[in-house]
Amino acid sequence: MEKLLLLGDEAIAQGAIDGGMSGIYAYPGTPSTEIMEFVHGSKIAEDLNIHRLWSANEKTAMESALGMSYAGKRSMVCFKHVGLNVAADAFVNASITGVNGGVIVVSADDPSMHSSQNEQDSRFYAKFTMIPILEPSNQQEAYDMAYYGFELSEKLNVPVMLRITTRLAHSRAGVQRKEMKKQNQLKLPSDPRQFVLLPAIARKNYKKLIGMQPAMEVESEKSPFNQYIDGADKKLGIIAAGLAFNYLMENYVDGKNPHPILKLSQYPLPEKQVAKLYNQCDAILILEDGAPLIEEMLRGFLNLGKPIHGRLDGTVPRDGELDPNVVAKALGMEVHEGQVVPEVVKNRPPSLCQGCGHRDVFEELNEVLLDYGTGRVFSDIGCYTLAALPPFNSINSCVDMGASITMAIGAADAGLVPAVSVIGDSTFTHSGMTGLLDAVNKNSPITVIISDNSTTGMTGGQTSAAHGRIYEICKGLGVDPEHLITMIPLKKHHEENVKILRRELEYKGLSVLIPQRECIQTFARRKKSEKNESNE
Amino acid sequence: MKSDIILGGVGGQGILSIAAAIGLAALKNNLHLKQSEVHGMSQRGGDVQSHLRISSKPIASDLIPKGKADLIISVEPMEGLRYLPFLSKDGWLVTNITPFNNIADYPSIEDLLKQIKAFPNHIAIDADAIAKAAGSSRSSNIVMLGAASPFIDIPYERLEDGIRQLFGKKGDELVNTNLKALKAGREFTEKNR
Repeated sequence: MEKLLLLGDEAIAQGAIDGGMSGIYAYPGTPSTEIMEFVHGSKIAEDLNIHRLWSANEKTAMESALGMSYAGKRSMVCFKHVGLNVAADAFVNASITGVNGGVIVVSADDPSMHSSQNEQDSRFYAKFTMIPILEPSNQQEAYDMAYYGFELSEKLNVPVMLRITTRLAHSRAGVQRKEMKKQNQLKLPSDPRQFVLLPAIARKNYKKLIGMQPAMEVESEKSPFNQYIDGADKKLGIIAAGLAFNYLMENYVDGKNPHPILKLSQYPLPEKQVAKLYNQCDAILILEDGAPLIEEMLRGFLNLGKPIHGRLDGTVPRDGELDPNVVAKALGMEVHEGQVVPEVVKNRPPSLCQGCGHRDVFEELNEVLLDYGTGRVFSDIGCYTLAALPPFNSINSCVDMGASITMAIGAADAGLVPAVSVIGDSTFTHSGMTGLLDAVNKNSPITVIISDNSTTGMTGGQTSAAHGRIYEICKGLGVDPEHLITMIPLKKHHEENVKILRRELEYKGLSVLIPQRECIQTFARRKKSEKNESNE
Repeated sequence: MKSDIILGGVGGQGILSIAAAIGLAALKNNLHLKQSEVHGMSQRGGDVQSHLRISSKPIASDLIPKGKADLIISVEPMEGLRYLPFLSKDGWLVTNITPFNNIADYPSIEDLLKQIKAFPNHIAIDADAIAKAAGSSRSSNIVMLGAASPFIDIPYERLEDGIRQLFGKKGDELVNTNLKALKAGREFTEKNR
């Protein structure tokens, strides 16, 4: 089979396609976006008609994937780590329903928060729902795990989590493909009540899940992804999870490791291998890219056993991603840095593009808010969050998808009137609509600005779920049409827009303003491809 | 052989095309390769970097350790300096000198050049002007690749193949423009190193 040069994300997508996947469900989020995008670009996915449309949010994605599994077929669901919070209701219960067709849940964590609000570690979710985790150390394993994960899921009757972190998601290497597997046939669950989580059934299913734990451990013990690599110097034993294994081996010349290593890429923890390492060595160092999950397990609350080193005792920093240097320091090696960065080098934070419609929105809003003072703008997750930075300094919150509307409601309830929320079109349909219904029901004195650029901009311009229908949705939710206004955020409409904003901020009830202008990035790409097509 | 290369620039400047051309050339030479990129928020006009590692032996880490890079290729004069902690003692800094100024406190070009020139192993090249002279102002990133090519342990012809493969779908004219840009960059370095 051919060898491909793939990002970790792309390797997962190719592995799933080759592993017999019938559908992939996702909402874009860095660093997971490229999994779905690769499937979109795949000729095989097109020929096999693999389902591959973006979902409105991670919860709808997770549920659709579970529905495909119910029907007997293999499905994958992908999101970034915080997306797992949105999907959590479905995700947690999917371990109780179990699966029919195999389900792989890809959660892409972002330690060091390159593009995120926190660095939560998805492995904790999989641990408390008692399902296996696959955590690749390289692109080939990412492919192999997606390929093999469906079978594992079907064998153990649970969804399987495939957990990656940013650096693997966005790093390219050669990947060897395998023979393509056929997709499953449509097949109903043999027990028609398997997916009916009435308490009596859920209790039964839960006992079954608990009963499956030894089988999951057996899979981990014999997994090719877990390896015990012996070393002569038993003063220290090292557990290296996922990507950490590469950073560890980078520090050993020609891959010669002095200490025994447990390369760990499949959970639950293989007890025999962990015990072997623990019993053979005087102390254990744990390297994991994320939170100290394995470390806490080995150390225990009272920490009465052998010395366990890692993030909890300061051997590895408590936060932030691992890299070869962090690991070198943990091994007690000296790090030889190159030159220092000269003072002349300044920070270059990201900023809203020149020509972006969000810019006009914030210029107008800033002008109107001069009358009210600062501190009353609740915003959301998207490009417009960059308005927190100079030159705009416009927004006062960015917490989670949809929180702009609901936080404005709460602040207004407390007496901060008017309160303003700024949210994008894709974030609005992801998690803003229910909040807006709350605002409609109590006619909250807030002004909601849905800055509609007709795309999911921050992640690179994916389809916006309700493209062209934001106004109708707001109307349908019950927003008073007199205070539901579409605007065009352009310089030439500045005065007019400021007047509308001023009027609606004065209004003591709910207003929804929809500035509408296509994202400058997708606009430029569209024009370019139109030009190319007309040239052909 | 091994080449550990840091590519630096600003989101949207095309450093990933440079990485792709080297990557394709490396694959043709049957070398191992790992290339880490930055996606997401920083792509909106922020500083972006790519770690590109090529080796005849398997590569462990996707990220280059500090002090171990053989080469920094920067398509912007300030961005190359940002990654000096990664450069090895005898590594090379190959940088474009046309600034990308999108921040309020961007330093003067004189101050930047002073820092660049203080570094013994440097190539400072006006890639934008050379690209324009070669017939395409949009090929400045490939001029940079040409300027860096003498420090990459891959035969020059393989890099040319990489360019052909990368731009082949877009027509011969674009391929030739970029081959010219590659050559112009290489010639500059051969004269000025």
